[in-house]
Amino acid sequence: MENNRYELNKNLAQMLKGGVIMDVSTPEQARIAEEAGAAAVMALERIPADIRAAGGVSRMSDPKMIKGIQTAVSIPVMAKVRIGHFVEAQILEALEIDFIDESEVLSPADDKFHVDKHRFKVPFVCGAKNLGEALRRIAEGAAMIRTKGEPGTGDVVQAVRHMRAMMSEIRRLQSMKDDEVFYTAKELQVSYELLKYVQEKGKLPVVNFAAGGVATPADAALMMQLGAEGVFVGSGIFKSGNPAKRAQAIVKAVTNYNDPNVLAEISEDLGEAMIGINENEIQLLMAERGI
Amino acid sequence: MNRKVIIGILALQGGFIEHIRALNALGAETFEIRKKDDLRKPADGLILPGGESTTMSKLLTDLDMFNDLKAIISGGMPVFATCAGMILLARKIAGTQTVHLGIMDITVKRNAYGRQLGSFFVHAPFQELGMVPMTFIRAPFVESAGATVSVLSIVDDRIVAVRQGNMLATAFHPELNTDNRIHQYFIEKIVFRT
Repeated sequence: MENNRYELNKNLAQMLKGGVIMDVSTPEQARIAEEAGAAAVMALERIPADIRAAGGVSRMSDPKMIKGIQTAVSIPVMAKVRIGHFVEAQILEALEIDFIDESEVLSPADDKFHVDKHRFKVPFVCGAKNLGEALRRIAEGAAMIRTKGEPGTGDVVQAVRHMRAMMSEIRRLQSMKDDEVFYTAKELQVSYELLKYVQEKGKLPVVNFAAGGVATPADAALMMQLGAEGVFVGSGIFKSGNPAKRAQAIVKAVTNYNDPNVLAEISEDLGEAMIGINENEIQLLMAERGI
Repeated sequence: MNRKVIIGILALQGGFIEHIRALNALGAETFEIRKKDDLRKPADGLILPGGESTTMSKLLTDLDMFNDLKAIISGGMPVFATCAGMILLARKIAGTQTVHLGIMDITVKRNAYGRQLGSFFVHAPFQELGMVPMTFIRAPFVESAGATVSVLSIVDDRIVAVRQGNMLATAFHPELNTDNRIHQYFIEKIVFRT
């Protein structure tokens, strides 16, 4: 019987919906995340806030560290490769990683080409700021999309901007005549077929999560109400005063994102949120990497 | 269907929208269960969807829904559980002390086919329905089943679908395909007990 890897990979993303994917850098943190109700963990040596602080070139994590986290938890384990670094991706596939994030958080390895994701059996998630980027990544084989946001800042403004851009472009597309769709395909440098799918269904052909700068349960719920199907949380958890409690609260916020009473209750007494950096204080805009 | 059947779908995390699509296509009415109050709404049956069983179990406890849900299913409410849902129902999870609802007399093995690279699709026989499409995503299988559990499907010598009284459970995801016969089976054989 034929196994369509791409379908199976999109299916795994479907099972992550309504969930929170948490950045972790040790097996200990991975267990805290799993116990808090994470739907998956992202294994990386340094969380984005620390990558930002340290500067320099950031790369795929040590396979030993990733294996440690795979052993520690039963939920899916993801890990990041540099944009265009298909050998890092080959290494992660050899580790039987559940999902590869081709991520602008790491230093790009290629300034033109993204990884040809069709060549891999494991699924990829990629960041996008708008509909065009999302569809270009999907054409390259991404099985899941997330907003880029601005990782490691604790500032949700860019994730909001990216999600709003994507959603309003989809709504605009839905009101277009066919000739306008042809033109838009040209403008966005994507195929007519992909655009037509989005026009008919009113959504991307893959699951779409929010990522970058989510620091509070309210941030997570905001992204869900704007149309995200789930949330990645990076530095926001393990840079806060009480990671376990904040992680649990964000998990509950994603489930009950439409219920202000629940949100009020779980937002109480979470300890200090990550301090973060405002958009205009940022030295390095990671979201500009890989378009 | 003689009257409109109402099915509540546990919507804490995972692939619940896919179940809603399948049930609506069959003409059933659906509602989402996200908090304790939702469990009081009138329903003819429940769905425990796929997703992450640890996440759903944690949310069931944190949102104070665990005991109510367990009581409702133990009380005979028809329930259809897929993948993570099957793990929630199982009396025992192989290799761990963890038990979630623990009301179906089966022992399941989690991630039994390995990580995502082990996920697969197959057409295989399911009881009287004949061949049905089955999508297994980081799936469990049933290691052993009690005497009152009937086995509905076996794939590669592994039990992947079972029924015990009011409970139907599959290791795979019928909701990911457009073939809705297993949902129909649930409504006809378990909800209406024909």
